[in-house]
Amino acid sequence: MFRIINLTFIVILLTITRANSLIEIDITRGNLDPLPIAVSPLYQDDKSKKNSINEIKIENVGSEISSVVENNLKTSGLFNPLSKDAFLQKPDIAHLKPRFEDWALIKAQALITGKVTMENKKLKVEFRLWDILAGREMMALAFTTVPSNWRRVGHIISDKVYERLTGEKGYFDTRIIYVSEEGPKTARVKKLAIMDQDGFNNKYLTLGNELVLTPRFNPTSQMVTYLSYFKNLPRVYLLDIETGTQEVVGDFPGMTFAPRFSPDGKKIIMSFAKDGNSDIYTMDLENRIVERITNHPSIDTSPSYSPDNKFITFNSDRSGFQQIYIMKADGSNVKRISFGKGLYGTPVWSPRGDLIAFTKLHKGKFYIGVMRTDGSGERLLTENYYQEAPSWSPNGRVLIFYRETKSNDKGEGFSAKLWSIDLTGYNERQVQTETDASDPSWSSLLSN
Amino acid sequence: MYRGLLISSGFHVAIVMVSILALPFVAKKPLDIPPLISVELIQIAEKTNIPFAPKASKIIEKAKKENNKLLSEQAPPKKVKKDKKKEVQTDKKKNEISKLASKKTPTIENNIEKLKKEKLNAVPLPEKEKQKIQPKEEKKQKPSKEVNDENIKKLVETKKPLLDEKKVKQVSEFEKKDKLDLNEIAALIDKKKENLAEIKQDEDKISQSSDETMDYSTLTLSEEDALKAQIFTCWSVPIGLPFSEDLLVRVKLQLKPDGSIEKLEMLDHIKMNTPGKEKFRTLADSVRRAIQLCNPLKVPTSGYERWKNMILNFDARDMLGG
Repeated sequence: MFRIINLTFIVILLTITRANSLIEIDITRGNLDPLPIAVSPLYQDDKSKKNSINEIKIENVGSEISSVVENNLKTSGLFNPLSKDAFLQKPDIAHLKPRFEDWALIKAQALITGKVTMENKKLKVEFRLWDILAGREMMALAFTTVPSNWRRVGHIISDKVYERLTGEKGYFDTRIIYVSEEGPKTARVKKLAIMDQDGFNNKYLTLGNELVLTPRFNPTSQMVTYLSYFKNLPRVYLLDIETGTQEVVGDFPGMTFAPRFSPDGKKIIMSFAKDGNSDIYTMDLENRIVERITNHPSIDTSPSYSPDNKFITFNSDRSGFQQIYIMKADGSNVKRISFGKGLYGTPVWSPRGDLIAFTKLHKGKFYIGVMRTDGSGERLLTENYYQEAPSWSPNGRVLIFYRETKSNDKGEGFSAKLWSIDLTGYNERQVQTETDASDPSWSSLLSN
Repeated sequence: MYRGLLISSGFHVAIVMVSILALPFVAKKPLDIPPLISVELIQIAEKTNIPFAPKASKIIEKAKKENNKLLSEQAPPKKVKKDKKKEVQTDKKKNEISKLASKKTPTIENNIEKLKKEKLNAVPLPEKEKQKIQPKEEKKQKPSKEVNDENIKKLVETKKPLLDEKKVKQVSEFEKKDKLDLNEIAALIDKKKENLAEIKQDEDKISQSSDETMDYSTLTLSEEDALKAQIFTCWSVPIGLPFSEDLLVRVKLQLKPDGSIEKLEMLDHIKMNTPGKEKFRTLADSVRRAIQLCNPLKVPTSGYERWKNMILNFDARDMLGG
């Protein structure tokens, strides 16, 4: 009897669910083209224009800021800024209330409008991000700063727009520190230099008297650590970019390589050769205590912390060839993760934590690639004659590295330039620098 | 004289015999009969040209299974049940005749019919299927009662084969259409058939739009493909999003008959404003833009009730490196 009741109940239930079931369609593909976006010049009235000429010698700073934004969004590879010639609405009216039909007509899906005022030697920038198809405002912000900071305002706007439209933090309000190189290959003058991520505001931090190598940013501040040779002895330095103060962290014996900050900025991790054996060490910046992490007869170098401080990736030739390994932060549980053909080096843990970038040498070619932290999913993003030293953007989506060209027998034709590539491997661009450049390191976001 | 003639004829006969038996080009080649190729007839809607992602394949397979069910279930439409009582006893005889007729003529159609009948046998409603069209005709026959006896006889005569055809036509919609055309031509020639042709047209309309057995929970694959293809082009996937399991946005749509969107509802809208779910919000925004860009959707011309409400699952996991 109960069985019959149960069966009837199930049948009724099934009938009801069947009758109420809706068509479900799975959309598993989409358009991977960059998002079409219109960056309207930021409106500036005549009075502000006069003031800006007096202050920063630029007449239409609003238009300049919009160009900075446009350029940033374009180089990210994720946006397609539309030509300003196609715009139908004037900037002042567009900022108040855009005619969405006009912008939809030129196939824009998002619109940036804004207004710039300059009074009492202060630059005030407002901007709004509009969703054209939904016909609504997505974001509205205003910044006040000193007029000379106008480029940074452009970068901050770019970051905000990027974050709102892609769901992850931007990387435009950042700087890149690198080694500037000049002169013939055999007698290069190497200086420490810093610039905005788009190549502007270039500054030299050292004079070029000493050889400088491997500058690395502190992920939590505007502090840099680098290696410099003083009287043929390697020294690890700390440099505060904001104040310009510099200090020697210590003299280390033998060959010292690649000092790098831990993600919390409290330690420096590096490798140096003690008693002829290169191992990995950390140094606490507060008490200057040096701790040995690896103890192996092989050469262990290029250490890099995971963003949670719990693991370290490094390269070692303990298997006979140079390969990538990971271990716990205390040096235990050493595990090899790279098993491909060729030699692997310079592993760098992504700030996102999901990937490790590396340089690979195989059959005379250099590759920049990424793999998951367990060594799976190896992807080679770019191949060239000589390239190395990848450094992650703070959002873990773009890598900057340097590439050298082959010189002829006389040593001519040699050059070293900075390049960036995103994780898709398709958006590869040269980063403009005044001189030849190598060993780049990307800072964290300045506005954090 | 005779001897010479005999020798000559004998000689000629010998030459002819030799040429027939020994010369190869005179001999007839045996006919090369090509081997029989079995052809499976499938509805176009069962095939898709759109390459699909691995995850979608499961769904498509599911849909295929449901479509197979549909094939076997479509033949006995529900209206037959309603007309059960009105069934005329003589129909059984007619059915038998029709069966015999179909057996005698071994055409492709009959073979298909056989196959489908075999399928039908698996479905417990074979008798109803045979009685399907009967009652409607009776209704339409009523005005013809006014006509004189001779006309009635003629009508009965013409009806018999037509009824048989109708039963064949129940097999699939395509065949129905074919035969409908033939009847229309026949009706033009023989005006007595006109009424019957009209009956059939009505019947087809019923089966297209208001068939109660139609499965409202599915679209045919070609209809689904058409919808997908539109949305694929409209959806600009935010490719900067890092991979996570949260890259699925479900949207419920209510559509007007012309395909324009009456109501759009995000099924996980709570996530939209949850702190820490900015990536989901970004994806949801892109989905909203895609739907607005595709508005109005190009929808199937029939079966509004089927696609009036639908859920779209925007899954970016495969594209963003899952």
